[in-house]
Amino acid sequence: MSALAAVLKRDVRIAWRIGGGALTGALFFLAVVALIPFALGPDLALLQRIGPAILWLGALLAALLGLDRLFADDQADGSLDLLLTGPALLELVVATKALAHWITTGLPLVIAAPVLGLMLNLEPRGMAVVTLTLLVGTPALTFIGMIGAALAVALRRGGLLLPVLVLPMAIPVLIFGVSSANAALVGPMSFMTPFFILCALTLFSIVIGTFAAAATLRHGME
Amino acid sequence: MTARAGSLRLRGTGLACVRGGRRVFAGLDFALTSGEALVLTGPNGAGKTTLLRAIAGLLRFEAGNLDWQGGDEDLLLAEQVHYLGHQDALKPSLTVAENLAFWAAYLNSGQSSAAAANTASALAAVELADIADLPAAYLSAGQRRRLSLARLLAVSRPVWLLDEPTTALDARAQQMLANVLQGHLAGGGLIVAATHATLPLRHVAELRLGQAA
Repeated sequence: MSALAAVLKRDVRIAWRIGGGALTGALFFLAVVALIPFALGPDLALLQRIGPAILWLGALLAALLGLDRLFADDQADGSLDLLLTGPALLELVVATKALAHWITTGLPLVIAAPVLGLMLNLEPRGMAVVTLTLLVGTPALTFIGMIGAALAVALRRGGLLLPVLVLPMAIPVLIFGVSSANAALVGPMSFMTPFFILCALTLFSIVIGTFAAAATLRHGME
Repeated sequence: MTARAGSLRLRGTGLACVRGGRRVFAGLDFALTSGEALVLTGPNGAGKTTLLRAIAGLLRFEAGNLDWQGGDEDLLLAEQVHYLGHQDALKPSLTVAENLAFWAAYLNSGQSSAAAANTASALAAVELADIADLPAAYLSAGQRRRLSLARLLAVSRPVWLLDEPTTALDARAQQMLANVLQGHLAGGGLIVAATHATLPLRHVAELRLGQAA
């Protein structure tokens, strides 16, 4: 247990230090959401209607932004070798790293969402709903993205490969995140139906992402 | 370090490794017991690093048998091995003390919590205690090397696998390294080191790689 706590503490600490990536995603999120009203024009009704979708798109792209560093940094400085052969189960180490990544990149997006909702003319109820769906949905993005991050390290090809691999798998999360927010705000569907599917997607990706990333890293050692 | 049985034994027979479709080495035999060091020599590309990584469990042996006796029955060989590779496994944004404390906590998790005391004495042993609060980004190559060496002192493991341990070390630090290695051997540990320099150690066996290819 203490090994995993050490990994969590280290990764969170590195992300918050100078040169870490903690706020990069949140700033990117801000930039995307702030620019869209300028592109669409000052149609408040339109902004309100597509607000949840814009927030979700911004969060999805921002979540992808820091993912390539999840394992690449550790591989570059040799830490990954030691993590792989350490006493802790690799699946747990990988899940802990994803948790630390979510705390430092996903959670700031969730916290920023209500503030950015103001720019999109969302009413308080809309902000609350979108924030809730992001809170539930962003862990899924991190854990799905971790598979791509592990593949990028194992295949020794970073950069463009990651979004190409990850985006298709993130589409269901986007669909059900936006549709549960819209269901709560506009109807006619009940909020719970898509929201529970979103919850299920998150739980599913936590399991799949953890095992797939660990298996990929094990294989990639060769 | 204390209750280590006197008879640890690491023996490889007929070991072979394949990297990228190329047979790096084959039919390799070696044996070493407590208090012995094995130095791997040979030209670049002879497979010194490959052999070390394979013993550490990071690569698979294509053929042959690696036999480890006398260690902790509950642990894999990989968990009783320190691997000191080319890279130092340090995070530039963390301080010297934080870097070491992390590896001590991570690698030591199965054991008691004497890690904090160990890290302090390990830092003192590699003469980095004065700059414990400096971010690792500001360290010189030799200081980074010494800091990763401190990891081996902070966490007690019987087998040390060292890849070019003398790289970037000055004369004084090389003497320190020799003392540290000698201390590990005296405590009953095993060392396998790949190097082009001569390690100032007694009881050193040499394994030359690179003729078979």
